Amino acid sequence: MSRIPLRLNVNGTPYDIEVEHRKTLVDALREDCGLTGTHSGCEHGVCGACTIVFDGRPIRSCLMFAHQAADRPIRTVEGLADGERLHVLQTAFMENHALQCGFCTPGFLMLVVGAFESDPEIADDEIVDLLSSNLCRCTGYQNIVKAVRSVAAELRRNASAAGATGLTEVAAGGHSNA
Amino acid sequence: MKPAPFELHRPSTVNEALRLLADLSDDGGLILAGGQSLVPIMALRLAYPPHLIDINEIAGLDRIRTDADHLIIGATARHAYLHKPVVDNPVGRLLSEMSHHIAHYPIRMRGTFCGSLAHADPASEWCLAAATLDAEIVLASVKETRTVAVTEYLAGAMTTAREQDEMLVEVRLPLLAEAAQFGFYEFNRRAGDFALGMCAATFEVIDGTMTNVRIGIGGIEEVPRRLTDAEQVLEGQRPGERLFADAGAAAAACVDPLEDAVTNALYRRDLTAVVVSRALAGAHNATVNMGGGDV
Repeated sequence: MSRIPLRLNVNGTPYDIEVEHRKTLVDALREDCGLTGTHSGCEHGVCGACTIVFDGRPIRSCLMFAHQAADRPIRTVEGLADGERLHVLQTAFMENHALQCGFCTPGFLMLVVGAFESDPEIADDEIVDLLSSNLCRCTGYQNIVKAVRSVAAELRRNASAAGATGLTEVAAGGHSNA
Repeated sequence: MKPAPFELHRPSTVNEALRLLADLSDDGGLILAGGQSLVPIMALRLAYPPHLIDINEIAGLDRIRTDADHLIIGATARHAYLHKPVVDNPVGRLLSEMSHHIAHYPIRMRGTFCGSLAHADPASEWCLAAATLDAEIVLASVKETRTVAVTEYLAGAMTTAREQDEMLVEVRLPLLAEAAQFGFYEFNRRAGDFALGMCAATFEVIDGTMTNVRIGIGGIEEVPRRLTDAEQVLEGQRPGERLFADAGAAAAACVDPLEDAVTNALYRRDLTAVVVSRALAGAHNATVNMGGGDV
């Protein structure tokens, strides 16, 4: 099958790659961009290991094709730390023992970062519901919930300061009285 | 777990998408919206369309708007757009409540309302909303655009009245009376799973009695639908727990339940009574808690 050129913008860096139309975004990130921080688990949208931030929203990168993401902003776990300085959420995961084997961790980090940026007003009781999106099969969820709660206020502040668009505005932007 | 090869087409207008569909649908070409059901099905090789027509690049197609008496949802409006009420009407609040029961957060960020109607899973929350509210489905092809009532549109499990060269371009949901009360109750074994049974119910209480009663069920039968037998039990009556139980019993008596590997028809029939009476109680209690009602 023919490979078609496209550009992926990942964490602010352009990657000019050539892939088949059928290649999923997670496979293109890992195999063609060499960014193996995003993990591939179930490959059908259930486990959440491949969660990334696309166009400012957390999505499953196994349920999109790479060509659909061409020229649009993509963020992966590689873009969270600032040099040697970890993102506050990464530090919180360390301090709260929110990971053991680490396979699900990149997906959880991007899920939470993307959710707070999409909706900085996300309520405390919605955090548990949010974290039920992804599967962890060794650490258990208690410490992941604890880690996220410990920095929720800071994530909200950072998202608001960065002028997070927020889903409400996305919806309202497309909403008018005809 | 890799999809079979296909060619991806990325039209930038609806007309371009419809022309592609006219050319490619005979060979099995399909529309790709959010892809949260279609892509897993392709990964499992249950579907292997040779062409996908990706409508995500069409500007303005994710618009949600209102006219005098409808909420109109565009083809690529995501589930998550409805997380918060999009219109100051009971319909906006009902959709908001239902939206949180759809799969999980990242799926709701990408999956679309209209895609759910095109897919027509028996356990789709949006097919239930459409059935309960008597939605109109707008289908377009290069030849014509037609509007189909939801009762005609939903033809069976994963089966609709859409022709293969037609694209579902928008869904029109009638708004409810401002005073309408609503309730929604869904049962499944884990949050985010497909519903084993669910009910959306709305009614108004005028001079102490119920009117304009709508009871819709989903996940129970092949197609979500209104249950007029159960609605008739409530019309003109004073709301109350015993009456809601009667409506639940009437609902259970008139359904033709699905069976699957873990639930038999008897179970789903019993569940019908439970979800109907709980959705009705939810509608009633929400108002009671706000200071209305007298029960």
